[in-house]
Amino acid sequence: MSATAAMNNRKKTSLWAMLIIVLAILILPLTGYLYVSMTDQPAADEQTNPRSDTWRQVRENQEGYSAVKGQETNELIQGAGQNWRQLRNGPIATYGAWLLSGVLVILAAFYLWRGEIKLTHPRTGKTVQRWTLNERRLHWTTATLFILLAITGLSLLYGRFALIPLLGYPGFSAYATAAKWIHNVLGPVFMVALFIILIKWFKNNLFTKVDIEWFKAFGGMVGDKHPSAGKFNGGEKAWFWTLATAGVALCFSGLVLDFPNFGQEREVIIGAHLIHILTAMLLMAFSLGHIYIGTLGTEGALEGMTTGHVDVAWAEQHHDLWLKEVEEQQQNTPQ
Amino acid sequence: MARMKFLCDAERCIECNACVTACKNEHEVPWGINRRRVVTIDDGIPGEKSISVACMHCTDAPCQAVCPVDCFYTTDDGVVLHDKDICIGCGYCFYACPFGAPQYPQEGAFGARGKMDKCTFCAGGPEEDNSAEEVEKYGRNRLAEGKLPLCAEMCSTKALIAGDGDIVADLFRSRVVRRGGRPDNWGWATAYKD
Ligand code: HEM
Ligand code: SF4
Ligand code: SF4
Repeated sequence: MSATAAMNNRKKTSLWAMLIIVLAILILPLTGYLYVSMTDQPAADEQTNPRSDTWRQVRENQEGYSAVKGQETNELIQGAGQNWRQLRNGPIATYGAWLLSGVLVILAAFYLWRGEIKLTHPRTGKTVQRWTLNERRLHWTTATLFILLAITGLSLLYGRFALIPLLGYPGFSAYATAAKWIHNVLGPVFMVALFIILIKWFKNNLFTKVDIEWFKAFGGMVGDKHPSAGKFNGGEKAWFWTLATAGVALCFSGLVLDFPNFGQEREVIIGAHLIHILTAMLLMAFSLGHIYIGTLGTEGALEGMTTGHVDVAWAEQHHDLWLKEVEEQQQNTPQ
Repeated sequence: MARMKFLCDAERCIECNACVTACKNEHEVPWGINRRRVVTIDDGIPGEKSISVACMHCTDAPCQAVCPVDCFYTTDDGVVLHDKDICIGCGYCFYACPFGAPQYPQEGAFGARGKMDKCTFCAGGPEEDNSAEEVEKYGRNRLAEGKLPLCAEMCSTKALIAGDGDIVADLFRSRVVRRGGRPDNWGWATAYKD
């Protein structure tokens, strides 16, 4: 490939990345309406008696007139809130807790069974650069924000059950005020960091045939085979695309919750809130796996993201195609 | 013990907003907040109906169920009250409430909410009855003085009635029997299970 063709290619991929993100910006906030139209079924009442018409309108939450101005003051009864209460306090809180603790138990069991995945060849002492300083800063900023958001967000959902018995009502209230503030302020910052990551690493994360083989071999997690991988392996790409979809939905639904000054209706907020918790649960579950593999699970993986360099033996074992690329590049650039 | 309830008779309400004003004055409710409001359906069209609505003091209250800091409590009279010292202004009770009762003073940028305010059935809050702090945070505590909510007391057509749920229901039933028609005790099916 000539230099200009490569340049064109890069331009094209970043254009596509921008386009997908802009589309997501436009479409995802609208999903609240979908939830509302699914849950707000009007009563099938076909009478035309004027008085019963009035009561039907009231039940269907038709807007009236009110001299008191304010958010949705002209509505009498809003039904979506009850569904939200049932979903949030019921299945979402329950299964969310099961999901997160289930993933932890599975990871612990996996660790006991498989242990750390060791280097198959001894360290060579020679290293290659895997992440630049900027990439590492970006990764750790995003990771720190993610963890802070996860802890503060979960405190709002489970604190009433888990923390009030420990801290008491005034104590938990003070903590929750801070947690809410931190969550609301760091949310948009996290969003910026995430978007930079998505744009920066987009072109390395397109799935290729190599990844199919990688998944077939369970990424080398099970058995002794070591499937090939480029800079990002199949699992990392799956994490990338989870962030690019559910992560983006998480951010935009978060913005809907974060800025009540635009007067968005309760039904929209409720829809956004449900999307927010569901995507947050998914990402938190996935992040546990990501953290496990990057630390306890794989010998030599963490140093890539802390020092920026990995041993050639590690690169050969886990990212052989990428190592080849890097070596070719080094040969081609005169020293 | 009585089980306190509100009922608004839509055949009587004339949308004068006296209840709204009475409440605002009695409790010195802050600027921008109204604990009660009147909603008119088919405004200006023959057959229009008005209903005065505030917190209904629900059985198994949705606001109470979703509050992350658990600051609501139900009194022996079935009145749903909350503790403003504990409230974090998250807005969840407003999302869950069928009647749009919880209100927030704006505090800080981007519409950040202050501590929630809503109708107390003229029963104040957790502080000592009619202490300066209670009046400051929640308004007057008329129930402690043996009086019923001022909005209903002030209602010129006696459309809005407040008090022991059994007495309220009997009163309304006798009206409906005399004038005919259906007993449209608006909001009761949503609010009350007892
Ligand atoms: C890793 C990322 C995130 C996680 C794990 C997360 C998780 C959560 C959870 C569990 C809740 C509480 C739900 C409940 O109490 O029912 C929540 C609420 C919320 N989240 Fe997030 N969130 C994340 C990112 C964001 C982002 C990026 C934003 C904004 C752009 C955001 C804004 C909000 C807001 C405004 C609330 C409502 C808080 C309140 O008003 O009390 N979150 N989040
Ligand atoms: S009307 Fe709303 S605020 Fe009042 S008790 Fe019912 S849910 Fe709570
Ligand atoms: S705004 Fe206050 S009272 Fe309402 S749910 Fe949040 S913390 Fe509870």
